[in-house]
Amino acid sequence: MLFFSFFKTLVDHEVTIELKNDLSIRGTLKSVDQFLNIKLDEIQVVDEVKYPHLSAVKNVFIRGSVVRYVHLPANAVDTTLLEDATRREAAAQANKAK
Amino acid sequence: MDVPGVFPEPLPPQVFTTGAQLLDLTDKKLVIVLRDGRKLIGTLRSYDQYANLVLQDTIERLYSKNLYADVPRGCYIVRGENVLLLGEIDLDKEDDTPLKQATVDEIYDAQRAENAYKKQREKKKAKKLHSLGFEAENELIL
Repeated sequence: MLFFSFFKTLVDHEVTIELKNDLSIRGTLKSVDQFLNIKLDEIQVVDEVKYPHLSAVKNVFIRGSVVRYVHLPANAVDTTLLEDATRREAAAQANKAK
Repeated sequence: MDVPGVFPEPLPPQVFTTGAQLLDLTDKKLVIVLRDGRKLIGTLRSYDQYANLVLQDTIERLYSKNLYADVPRGCYIVRGENVLLLGEIDLDKEDDTPLKQATVDEIYDAQRAENAYKKQREKKKAKKLHSLGFEAENELIL
């Protein structure tokens, strides 16, 4: 659930999604759900000449299972907060296991 | 659940569900890209949380370089696991693509030529690698 929460903090930021078929799409993150399906607005395909089928598309829904990487804007990521949250979640998991 | 402190103002949770994301796209003209590379264009009529989709008045669009061709297909139920992405087509931008419409046969011919060229290039590459001592484990099927 941590990454779901994390992605929610990145809403309205510009991200680049690289899919498992090597297609890269840049756009504004609009929404994310529990499967890390992602909705992007005002999209731009990185290698547009190679992928003409998206030239008239303005927003996309990308299925979480086909995402390879999400390139994030560095200044939008608070690493200390993320580290804290990770430890807290790990601790919660450990408690639950007991 | 959400880890406290990660985000200051929780947004309404219903926005962040698969259903809410796909609700915006229902009854719109979409391009659906499938895992096998097919591109379908149709109207989204129904869906569920796995992104299983029901499409109406679907056409399959074939591409090769700057050509495209449409094949009428009808109604589709797509199993979610095969979906790569759904894109909403901007109806204003739709018609000013640099692509030219061709017949299906022309596309098939162009694709065959393209594949033959690719195969030849792969072969050359494999040969060169082989001469350098790299052995291809299996032929690339693409």
